[in-house]
Amino acid sequence: MTAMPFAQTLGGTRYVFDDLKTLLARASPFRSGDALAGVAAGSAAERVAAQRALADVPLARFLTDAVIPYEADDVTRLIIDRHDAAAFAPVRSLTVGGFRDWLLAAPPDAVTALAPGLTPEMAASVSKIMRVADLMQVAAKCRVVTRFRNTLGLPGTLSIRLQPNHPTDDPRGVAAGVLDGLLLGAGDAVIGVNPATDNIDAVMGVLRMLDTVRDRFAIPTQTCVLAHVTTTMLAMQRGAPVDLVFQSVGGTQATNASFGVTLPLLREAREAALALKRGTLGDNVMYFETGQGSALSAEAHHGVDQQTLEARAYAVAREYAPLLVNSVVGFIGPEYLFDGKQILRAGLEDHFCGKLLGLPMGVDVCYTNHAEADQDDMDALLACLAVAGVTYVMGVPGADDVMLAYQSTSFHDGLTARAMLGKRAAPEFEAWLDRMGIGGDGEAIPARLSPALIGLT
Amino acid sequence: MTAPAQWRDLRRFTDARVGLGRAGTAQPTAAHLDFQEAHARARDAVWSALDGAALEAALARPAIRLRSAAADRREYLLRPDLGRRLPEGTVLPHAPGSIVLVVADGLCATGVQRHAPGVLDLLMPALPLPAGPVVIAEQARVALGDAIGEAMGAAAVVMLIGERPGLSATDSLGIYITWAPRRGRTDAERNCISNIRPGGLTYAEAAAKATWLLRAAQRLGATGVALKDDMALAAP
Repeated sequence: MTAMPFAQTLGGTRYVFDDLKTLLARASPFRSGDALAGVAAGSAAERVAAQRALADVPLARFLTDAVIPYEADDVTRLIIDRHDAAAFAPVRSLTVGGFRDWLLAAPPDAVTALAPGLTPEMAASVSKIMRVADLMQVAAKCRVVTRFRNTLGLPGTLSIRLQPNHPTDDPRGVAAGVLDGLLLGAGDAVIGVNPATDNIDAVMGVLRMLDTVRDRFAIPTQTCVLAHVTTTMLAMQRGAPVDLVFQSVGGTQATNASFGVTLPLLREAREAALALKRGTLGDNVMYFETGQGSALSAEAHHGVDQQTLEARAYAVAREYAPLLVNSVVGFIGPEYLFDGKQILRAGLEDHFCGKLLGLPMGVDVCYTNHAEADQDDMDALLACLAVAGVTYVMGVPGADDVMLAYQSTSFHDGLTARAMLGKRAAPEFEAWLDRMGIGGDGEAIPARLSPALIGLT
Repeated sequence: MTAPAQWRDLRRFTDARVGLGRAGTAQPTAAHLDFQEAHARARDAVWSALDGAALEAALARPAIRLRSAAADRREYLLRPDLGRRLPEGTVLPHAPGSIVLVVADGLCATGVQRHAPGVLDLLMPALPLPAGPVVIAEQARVALGDAIGEAMGAAAVVMLIGERPGLSATDSLGIYITWAPRRGRTDAERNCISNIRPGGLTYAEAAAKATWLLRAAQRLGATGVALKDDMALAAP
């Protein structure tokens, strides 16, 4: 259909927005990446004019007016082809503004049932006219439960990915990080290592070590080495113990190409992991990471704002029924999210959009050393996310990732968030912690978890 | 407050902040202040400047010195597109079919200044193709190597670049290898070796890995996800 321009008069000035993607970009709360892409509003007034105009757009319009053309992009085709009209029915007559009111008033079951009927652009649009408290309370209504060897996402739980990275993938160095995390209650989401290299032997060595530790301690959780999907596929062919297949994904076909992946490749990887039948409680075998700015970084953004593109990455993720999805919100750098304020809002937007679209959404609450942010900003984001019911966050020894050179949340931070908000680990994992005697007042390592049992002598 | 000896002992196996103990659920005071100090150091390292003259002297071979289109550090941090581009009118010598080595500051100059000469000494004699000129680049992103390699007609570009400073290391060097460099190459078309520093990869390991990747790239006619790092691991 021919794009009709959008217009809004504010204080005697008439603002015109040529098409839907321009309207979305101008309505987006300010962040450095949209300025870098040249799509941000030119003034605070223009931004509010765009938000008012966006509030009047019918939700149904997003089904016929794609921000990136259907013919040009396989992510758009995925979004349109998979849309569930029946699930959309309760809100099909609403505008974006009306949808915000509906979400704030609706009961949890109704919000949760909507997921297959929503497109990423609908979720992104409504987020742009919400405050962080709105993003938090609506996300808290969404119920998303996934399973592999335990159950993630149950109400009242907060899970932790144990992230024991090591600069040279040294198996004993990684194992020391694993044990430290377990002793501080982390690891129910996954024990997941970012490998320092994509060397196939090194990746397989870490996979085997993690599986041995999990098996030795009989931990009801899953392990993952976050290598490129093609490396993990090769590891599976060579017989490595792969629980979850990891991949970074983005919201456009060209972004995914820059990551070296296609949608059929992801499907093939999922089928290979399913064939291993390693999940005992469920078959959610995929783990995806995303982050605002990745499309611009790959020069694959099509003039669309970074938050809308991030939501489109969730359409890619949900196609493969993942166990875990997280935004690496502050990782991509200050050229996309400049400071603690921008990272805070983006983290809550990402969690909201992911949950609304039906994903088991976690967030890597993090920043790099060239961003204007510090651990105080992370404390604020973690607290907000925990209130919003985030599925999981990261647990890194002392919050300092010695391989990736950035700061995330520590095992201590996870314990603190659980304690302050009365949150618990996944039930199977919590029972294991109790059996092992972890988390009591005693500070000694229980004999059952002796470092010597996993080769740390 | 402090962790028991057996728990603290985990630090023998890793530089990660394990065995910190706890105060309630939080980190004890000493661990908290150690973290704050390390963060302050890393923040300062981002603003460290590359001393091009000293680096050229340490390399003990002539080098071409240039900077990206980013005027200063602040612009570099906010405009990665400028850090990937050569300034208008940059003229570089042709070195067709060669491997061009670029030494660049990236997000932290400390590691480059410290480790690039040692890595280059081992790498240059082992290259599978003739070495082109060495280029020293300031305010540079990884993809600036594509523009440099294209301008020089290089078969491949090897970029030694300062990695983002972390709390535990502010002197880490990375190597990015791109076959047939030209502007517009994506990161999926490169191979990367990271964490070259004390406590990470040694110079010899890094040079051996780079040589292996270059030979494999030469056979395949490509770098990136198509080139799987299947190099045998050294016996432990």
